Amino acid sequence: MPTYQELKAEADSRWMALVSEKPWIRVGAAMCGQAAGALETLAALKSRLTARGIDANLDAVGCLGLCFAEPIVDILLPGGSRLLFSNAGPDAARRIIDSYVAEGRIPDGNVLGYLGSPVDGAPDLTSLPGMRLQKRIALRNAGHVAPGDAYQYLANGGYSALRRALSVMKPADVIQAVIDSGLRGRGGAAFSTGIKWSFLVRSPGPPKYILCNCEEGDPGAFNDKGILESDPHMLLEGMSLAGYATGATNGIVFIRHGHDGPIDRTEKAIEQAYDLGLLGDDILNTGWSFDVEVSLTGESYVSGEETALMDAVEGKRAMPRFRPPFPAQVGVWGKPTNINNVKTLSYAPSIIADGSESFSEIGVNKSTGTAIICLSGHIRRPGLYEVPMGMTLGEVVNDIGGGVPGGKKLKMLQTGGPLGGLLGAESLNIRLDFDEMRQAGAILGSGGIIVADEDTCAVDMTRVLVAFCQYESCGKCFPCRMGMEHLLEIIERIARFESRPGDAELMRSVGETMEGASLCGHGQLGFGPIRSAFQHFEEDFRMHIDERRCPTGSCLRPALEIRNTRPYAVDFTPAAMPEPAGAANV
Amino acid sequence: MVETAQLSSDAGGINDRVREAISSGKRPTRTILSSLLAVHDELGYLPDEAIRETAAIFDTTINEVWGVASFYTNFRFTPPGRHVVEVCWGPTCHLAGAPALIDSIQHMLRLSGEGDTEDGGVSLKYNTCLGACAQPPVLSIDHHLVGRLTADSAARAVSRVLDGA
Repeated sequence: MPTYQELKAEADSRWMALVSEKPWIRVGAAMCGQAAGALETLAALKSRLTARGIDANLDAVGCLGLCFAEPIVDILLPGGSRLLFSNAGPDAARRIIDSYVAEGRIPDGNVLGYLGSPVDGAPDLTSLPGMRLQKRIALRNAGHVAPGDAYQYLANGGYSALRRALSVMKPADVIQAVIDSGLRGRGGAAFSTGIKWSFLVRSPGPPKYILCNCEEGDPGAFNDKGILESDPHMLLEGMSLAGYATGATNGIVFIRHGHDGPIDRTEKAIEQAYDLGLLGDDILNTGWSFDVEVSLTGESYVSGEETALMDAVEGKRAMPRFRPPFPAQVGVWGKPTNINNVKTLSYAPSIIADGSESFSEIGVNKSTGTAIICLSGHIRRPGLYEVPMGMTLGEVVNDIGGGVPGGKKLKMLQTGGPLGGLLGAESLNIRLDFDEMRQAGAILGSGGIIVADEDTCAVDMTRVLVAFCQYESCGKCFPCRMGMEHLLEIIERIARFESRPGDAELMRSVGETMEGASLCGHGQLGFGPIRSAFQHFEEDFRMHIDERRCPTGSCLRPALEIRNTRPYAVDFTPAAMPEPAGAANV
Repeated sequence: MVETAQLSSDAGGINDRVREAISSGKRPTRTILSSLLAVHDELGYLPDEAIRETAAIFDTTINEVWGVASFYTNFRFTPPGRHVVEVCWGPTCHLAGAPALIDSIQHMLRLSGEGDTEDGGVSLKYNTCLGACAQPPVLSIDHHLVGRLTADSAARAVSRVLDGA
């Protein structure tokens, strides 16, 4: 197997050729890009290049984060600058080839900005508000490198942290560096990552497992998928660092079935890493070995809960386990296991390569580093943004996101996924800080921020969130299973203007029981949306309850029938099976 | 991957297709869930035979396998329509007009909820999040994501697929 120096030399020479020999065309084609038509754009570019006999490199890359500008076509001409074009559908793509690639002439319209040396008539991309206020660590390569090419990652500093760890650091040094960085888990619980890793060190092995959680069923969050689609090698390097630090032998990347982009790109990256000696036996000729594979879950939000996730990996119904024993003692397949979110693990390479201070000096209070925000809803510039912790919600929404479009006023923010809370417009001075947000009755969670304008009804929005929580309750513990059902029933009758006296108190009583008695975060946090909605938008509720009307009319529309019961064995009578006596009425 | 003895071969029939899907080795099928996902990818649904075959392979009960199959909402148990349309009802898509979009598609397909059209052309499924929240409202047609839709453009996108365009 090649040494790190050999790999890096090969990567550098390939990179030099890539940026200097012929046009290099990159198209953002993560899931958000695809939904905006990136695949059609890619096809148009390809056929136009062929038709005109132009020899160019064409790469489907990940997400630059400027989702509002997708599909983005990013062109580097040999010896020239990088020029990016926004909203480039097939027609624009053909125009860009004809004028810019073929003749070096910048076409009218669609110009987003340049990177590198200035281009006349185009703005500096890094000066745009969506880019300028960012601090990209985990997303530093996103949209820049082809996710399926390990050499491009290597050429941009990739795997230097792993090499450093394996050659000059003891496992305990790696853990200390992560503790010193202040890194806290980005999956929602915000526990110190270094300390979590240290629990696994003390457990016996082999085997010991590092599980990476990319279930990401939260509506409004797409940052984990974004990392896997944009730069899967960064995650693999982070997992390897976690494996080396903790003495783990195996890594599992856990992804929701159906999210084909993240799955395909991660599987391809793993295959490449094995081919280059970056995974498997004797990694980088150091004698250290680590294996990684992908495991798919079916659709179930709760399978993102860390103990339920282990049951899903084992192929069972994804239901949370009782703790203790904790995963670090008894985890997947009964073996010691550490579970981290994609974002958390993706920070590790930078922390090890650039030092703990490079991470801990960013941020505020006990929230160091960056927050990876998925901004969506009624917002001018929806996107995937990595910003320093400590930035206020107002800066994210107004300065980066461009505020609410159409001259409308901001009414609410929904943060931290469906179990997080609703915040009002007065919350814009709250900072991105795990603890400050929790105190404000919201959570930073996985980084989703959904913006809603003044034409949104808080009852309608709450009903959708509660419907999601009911639909996704796994059913194992009754406070959540029955509680979510009750809460949905009550919120639906409020939305239908059929509320009964005492409904508000009844919801609180059910909600508090769920908080105290549920097995996992799903039930414990399931009342959060209603509590925060009541707190910030009491007027909307009062209107539905007392005046029997909806401020925006959105509650006049009948709700979707989306209840889910996740049944055990009912209605299943395979034709060829002899029916046991008495089974007919099961 | 795994030797099976329980089901008899029916040469190209459902039993063989189930067994082939589980053993073809595209991804490891080490667990009940991974085996069911492999069959679902191949056939588009889980026939009774898949439940029985999986139970036989893992030496467990049909109830155990059915428990897994019924838990994950991506599984269906009857053959799907020729095209599968998934519409997102998550909060971002909801804000961006998913209810009107769903109405419009259902009206066109003459469906009143999730389900299959009478001619077997389309299976309509609700999805909690299709993962492209920055381009709402989103739907997926045969696993191809389409975003930034209106009620009208969504119906047109679905009808184009139906017309085979």
